[in-house]
Amino acid sequence: MMSVNVKLDVKMAWRNIWRNTRRSVLTISAICFACMILVFMLSFQLGSYETMINASVNMSTGHLQVQSAGYHKKKSMRLVVSQPGEIGGILEKIPGIAAYTFRANAFSLVSSNKRSRGVLVTGIDPEREACVSTIKTMISHGRYLEQSDTNQVIVGNLLAKSLRVKPGDELTILGQGRDGSIAATAVIVKGILSSGIDAFDRSTMQIPLQYFQAVYSMGDAVHEVVITAKSLKKVSKIKKDIQKGIDAAGRGNGLVVLDWMELIPGLLQGIEMDLVSGMIMYLVLIIVVAFSILNTFLMSIFERTREFGMLMAIGTTPGRLIKLVLIESMSLTLVGIVLGIVCGSLITLFFQSHGIDMSGSSEFMKQYGIPARLYPRLSLVSALVGPAAVFVITFLAALFPAVGIRKLKPVEAMTHI
Amino acid sequence: MNNIVELEKIKKTYLQGKVDIPAINNVSLSIKKGGFVAIAGPSGSGKTTLLNIIGGLDQPDSGTVRVDGEKFETLTPSRLAELRLFKIGFVFQAYNLIPVLSAAENVEFVMLLQGIPKKERLRKAHAILDDVGLSGKYNRRPAELSGGQQQRVAVARAIVSNPSIVLADEPTANLDSKTGQGLLELMKTMNKEKKVTFVFSTHDKMVMDYAGRLVRLRDGSIFDDQSK
Repeated sequence: MMSVNVKLDVKMAWRNIWRNTRRSVLTISAICFACMILVFMLSFQLGSYETMINASVNMSTGHLQVQSAGYHKKKSMRLVVSQPGEIGGILEKIPGIAAYTFRANAFSLVSSNKRSRGVLVTGIDPEREACVSTIKTMISHGRYLEQSDTNQVIVGNLLAKSLRVKPGDELTILGQGRDGSIAATAVIVKGILSSGIDAFDRSTMQIPLQYFQAVYSMGDAVHEVVITAKSLKKVSKIKKDIQKGIDAAGRGNGLVVLDWMELIPGLLQGIEMDLVSGMIMYLVLIIVVAFSILNTFLMSIFERTREFGMLMAIGTTPGRLIKLVLIESMSLTLVGIVLGIVCGSLITLFFQSHGIDMSGSSEFMKQYGIPARLYPRLSLVSALVGPAAVFVITFLAALFPAVGIRKLKPVEAMTHI
Repeated sequence: MNNIVELEKIKKTYLQGKVDIPAINNVSLSIKKGGFVAIAGPSGSGKTTLLNIIGGLDQPDSGTVRVDGEKFETLTPSRLAELRLFKIGFVFQAYNLIPVLSAAENVEFVMLLQGIPKKERLRKAHAILDDVGLSGKYNRRPAELSGGQQQRVAVARAIVSNPSIVLADEPTANLDSKTGQGLLELMKTMNKEKKVTFVFSTHDKMVMDYAGRLVRLRDGSIFDDQSK
């Protein structure tokens, strides 16, 4: 019986929607447009965040790092990861890790024939580094480091410009070793890299790790074990596994595992800020649509006051009338939402395969090495969260005029002008 | 108890701006089961108000109303709605039908509210539409029916569940005389065959002629009550 009643209610609601075709089409279009924008924009935002994170981690930090406790804040030469090979052995056993490498850093004074600059010199394992970061692909002049290289160096193009050096020129490095001794060496510029990120190109100087360890009296120690994950989603699981492995090996006291959010908090804050400003924009959009829908529902009820009076007179309870009106408004909303999800998903899928050119992008994007072409990424979350919010707010907008029916009295309603 | 309607000392006043306008003034009236009664009077005489009070659509300021033994003043609004659904049929002057439903669906609607199963609803709706001369027009929507046909659907809807009484507020007011006469013939037939009590409000001479009893109102009071 209930299903039969609902069937007639739905039939009435559906026919009532099309009593004023133009108004219903306009309202459905507004809902559809809002949902379409929400699906596309959320997919674009979430997709670009993943691109931003991957671009940033591939450029410098990796998804995860194992460091000596306190190193991330102090960058002290003495806070090292000793026996990094043991850590490497632990990492080899953990599924989901794409690659890992070792790095060591030292602030030093670097001089060319003409100029001197304070620089963070980084020791890298050329082969492993090429699997973890994209730096090898950014060499604009000269060549990238090889495993057999010793006193050779890769320099950022702005730093090279500042020092006035080119491939083949000599640089002198003067710093402090891990044991407090003076670290000094002369190196040859092998290649110059251009990442397009000014801050990176102004400060990068990389030398082979073994040579670094020798110059800076590091022994076999490093400062960072840099890890990339096969998928961003697996990072937190891998972090736990690494921590477990380190603890099991008895290295848990002195070492910490940091994820990309801890390593580059500025990126996370940027994403959060963008997400919040996006949410505010979406909320405004939904509220504007809700008002338009509220207007439609109010008009629709106002126009049919006499009809409601007659329905109450013949024994329809106000509760049933409210149910009828809500079925009507929600059917209208659902049509708009479904159309919006379909259109939004199709548009998103198109740009997901073709990308969106962002070459005129802001400094913020440049800062994190985000590529010029961004790709939205359609997911269940991006396709449904926005439309679900539209549904909830529209339901509340529809509830207001519907509940007003409760106040109607049959005689007054039937004589309503 | 042979009376279907019993009104005792009914008073009803409307507030128009700051002035009280008496609509019904101390009216007492009894209507027998199976009656075919017209309540007549000029505009503003209180006939529609009286009909609304009998139908439980409006409440009197004082006095008692009993329909089929139910005393209205003791009923909650939802019980009153239930009473209207099961015991009272309505035919209004206009805006009688649900525009988005077909003739059969309009008739079915009341039965649906009463919880009658689909099969029985359909059978009864078609049968009653046949009775009121609308065979083959089951699926027409109100906009596809003439004014007279719409009123016939309204009558069909009013009597389909065998109510105790049908209240018709100026049912012929929007119809031409020939169509109006046809509608009255139909209601008279239903009154005779199905023993349904009909009470009209009207100022139409033809309706008054058809009535078995004519109650005349003037300024909210009964000044004439004749049975034929």
